[in-house]
Amino acid sequence: MHDSFVDTILPQLAAGSAHTGALGFAFDGLHEGEPRIRVPWRKDLVGDPDTGVIAGGLVTTLLDHIGGLAVWTAMEEFQPIATLDLRVDYMRAARPRTNLLAQAKCYRLTPTIAFVRAWAFEEDPSDPVAAAQSAYVLNRPPTARDAAAKREATA
Amino acid sequence: MSDLLERIPYARFLDLRTLVSGDEITVIMPFADRLIGNPMLPALHGGSTAALLEMTAMAQVALAFPSPRLPRPINVTVAYLRTGRPMNVFARAQISRAGRRVAHVQAEAWQETRAEPIASLTAHFLLDNP
Repeated sequence: MHDSFVDTILPQLAAGSAHTGALGFAFDGLHEGEPRIRVPWRKDLVGDPDTGVIAGGLVTTLLDHIGGLAVWTAMEEFQPIATLDLRVDYMRAARPRTNLLAQAKCYRLTPTIAFVRAWAFEEDPSDPVAAAQSAYVLNRPPTARDAAAKREATA
Repeated sequence: MSDLLERIPYARFLDLRTLVSGDEITVIMPFADRLIGNPMLPALHGGSTAALLEMTAMAQVALAFPSPRLPRPINVTVAYLRTGRPMNVFARAQISRAGRRVAHVQAEAWQETRAEPIASLTAHFLLDNP
């Protein structure tokens, strides 16, 4: 993988939009080839004011976003993608006042769809706060080969 | 009931507004630049719509089953149906079934036309019954 992709493009994709910037997302490197995002605990991200636990909706956003990063990591480039669907299991409450991490693996990449699993945790990936399974649609620009195949099909 | 979401910091971060009519809640997420996830289109971040849906479902459960503790999500499934455009989003939820411990909830989010939802949610919540 190109260094510029890991050093420049992935961090930009992790944190570069207005929403991810406002939430404080930061790229936290590749771990055995899987991208990781860190989000620092903040009191305005809390979902239960009685416990200080981070909102489920933020965890969903984090898992959706890290899944996209896993797809781009698998493609080794940026291409437009869209989340098709996402299922999140909340296994336990996140620890208050603790940074949250998320990591994802694109375990199958077809020409049109990417299948992803993702986890959110504080320190230990084997003790997840939440886990997600998701699918993304790839909006690849048609390649020369696609155009040739289409010409052949319509000829 | 509008108190419920006002108490939640993340709902305030998303600037969610709640309307209660009878036993039904409508939650509005006013458009703001900080909700944009794709600056090229531009489009809302799917996560902000998912969070709106989850908060709407939670508020609907809390309205139907008042309890000192907030309903806790067990799992949620979100399907993204259309691109979220840079405008207000509305959401409503329906409780399909509630037992003693678990409620099953469905919710939809839309922008201009309710018949053209931008996302739907199916979720289970843990109820705080003794």
